[in-house]
Amino acid sequence: MILEKKSKKKVDVEKIIPKLLFLMAAISVFTTIGIILTLIFETFIFFDRVSIVEFFTASKWLPFASVPSFGIMPLIVGTLKITLIAAVVAVPVGLATAIFLSEYASEKTRRIIKPILEVLAGIPTIVYGFFALTFVTPVLRELFPSLDMFNALSPGIVVGIMIMPMVASLSEDALVSVPKSIREGAYALGATKLETTIKVVLPAAISGIVASIVLGLSRAIGETMIVSVAGGSTPSMNMDVTSSIQTMTAYIVQVSSGDAGYGTTIYYSIYAVGMTLFVFTLVMNLLAQFISRRFREEY
Amino acid sequence: MKLINKSHVAKKMPVRLAVNTICKGLFFLATLIGLIVLAILFYRIFTQGIGHLNGDFLQNFASRKPEEAGIKAALIGSIWLMAVVAPVSLMLGVGTAIYLEEYARKNWITTFIKVNISNLAGVPSIVFGLLGLTVFVRALALDRSVLAAGLTMSLLVLPVIIVASQEAIRAVPRDLREASFGMGATKWQTIRKVVLPAAIPGILTGGILALSRAIGETAPLVVVGIPLFIAFLPQTVLDTFTVLPMQIYNWTSRPQEEFQQVAAAGIIVLLILLIFMNSIAVLIRNKFQKRY
Repeated sequence: MILEKKSKKKVDVEKIIPKLLFLMAAISVFTTIGIILTLIFETFIFFDRVSIVEFFTASKWLPFASVPSFGIMPLIVGTLKITLIAAVVAVPVGLATAIFLSEYASEKTRRIIKPILEVLAGIPTIVYGFFALTFVTPVLRELFPSLDMFNALSPGIVVGIMIMPMVASLSEDALVSVPKSIREGAYALGATKLETTIKVVLPAAISGIVASIVLGLSRAIGETMIVSVAGGSTPSMNMDVTSSIQTMTAYIVQVSSGDAGYGTTIYYSIYAVGMTLFVFTLVMNLLAQFISRRFREEY
Repeated sequence: MKLINKSHVAKKMPVRLAVNTICKGLFFLATLIGLIVLAILFYRIFTQGIGHLNGDFLQNFASRKPEEAGIKAALIGSIWLMAVVAPVSLMLGVGTAIYLEEYARKNWITTFIKVNISNLAGVPSIVFGLLGLTVFVRALALDRSVLAAGLTMSLLVLPVIIVASQEAIRAVPRDLREASFGMGATKWQTIRKVVLPAAIPGILTGGILALSRAIGETAPLVVVGIPLFIAFLPQTVLDTFTVLPMQIYNWTSRPQEEFQQVAAAGIIVLLILLIFMNSIAVLIRNKFQKRY
């Protein structure tokens, strides 16, 4: 007696809503397709004007020169320099933080420190860029007078600080999920806490830890504002970290905030660089997912 | 079987314990590094910027003279941006989460959507800028407007909202749904009147965190072509505008020393805004967190 009247309308809503929600879910897929199509189409136009062989083999990236040269290697080298320095900072510090929080710290200490690390992760990258330029670089120049105003070292260190909370928090998750019984087995054999951690807990959590590092490095590769503000705009192939560099992301920012007219070769070059960046980070993200799925130890 | 040589163990034990203590100290020091950097960062920016932070700074437009430079256009612009990003990303994010948690069957399409979302979360923000430039600015001819930038940012923060909403919806116990079905409610009625209200604190927390990410992002807006220097306020969502991080970026990249203080003052405003939003998120989480 309740249902007779409304039932027809109800059925319609019940049928439409799932379809509507599916459309919304499809938008995230369309976003990915949109990104890939955009990059592919515009990159093709770029490769119509610049040979793909030059792009991958030429050793100079000089798009603004009178005789422009488009060899992406210097941008990749700059990006890898930043990533390497960031890794040197973030991996040991992040891992040590994770070990301290999961193995040594009391519940109370952990509850204080974790939110503070989250704050560190939530700071906008432009703020980090400002910090690198106005604080870290001057301090480093006191230590190494030969350091240029724009260099790879300072933004590299700051990118490392930026990704450190991510490495720490994901590694800590991996360490915490190692069951207590395994630790207690090691203690029963007379191992100290350190020996238990290094020889038993770390190996058991290694897949999660490696995945967290790979994800952190992928984030470092895609980081933009810190390197744009503090890294300079001089693409170079050498491994010197004291001089100005340019990364893939910083190049895209340089062109976008300048006046590269629509339709010029320089305009299309940001898509070719963006495509390279996208492929780099996609491979690393898939690798991280693969590692954490394939090598996860089940207890 | 060889027995344990007790004297050998006893001889080694102090060293092993000492190494343990030393390493514990090292791990603790490493943990402190993050906290120290955070303290230095806040201290530096506060002392640099506080002198410039006054009523004029909030009410003036950007200027070529550092002493007259203000943040009005950027502050209002950030609010405009939020007004686009919040409804668009929340609607799409929550809708996707409901679909995945309540309706989706376990098939390859669902798996594909899920894998796609986690990959999308790892795409660098600057690549979203390239998407926004091509699709919204050029193809849809929205130009460098609030709408174009807002849609770009919505797609960027979408994965965060989806994941947070999924977790919130998953945390609603089955009993509640079954009680609702038992009363004769349909699936959509159950979702709308039972599941969503119960999941709202979690969804809002995730939503605010995603919004604060959108407020702090700079890279995609640079690529979309949001101007670095603007001295007027947008009237509609089709007008161009600027936002806090862009304004800070503009000041940071100026050679004059004074602009560093202006930039620091801008950063203080941005950080206060973010801390304010995060506190609201924490407050919601604490206040409405129901235990079933």
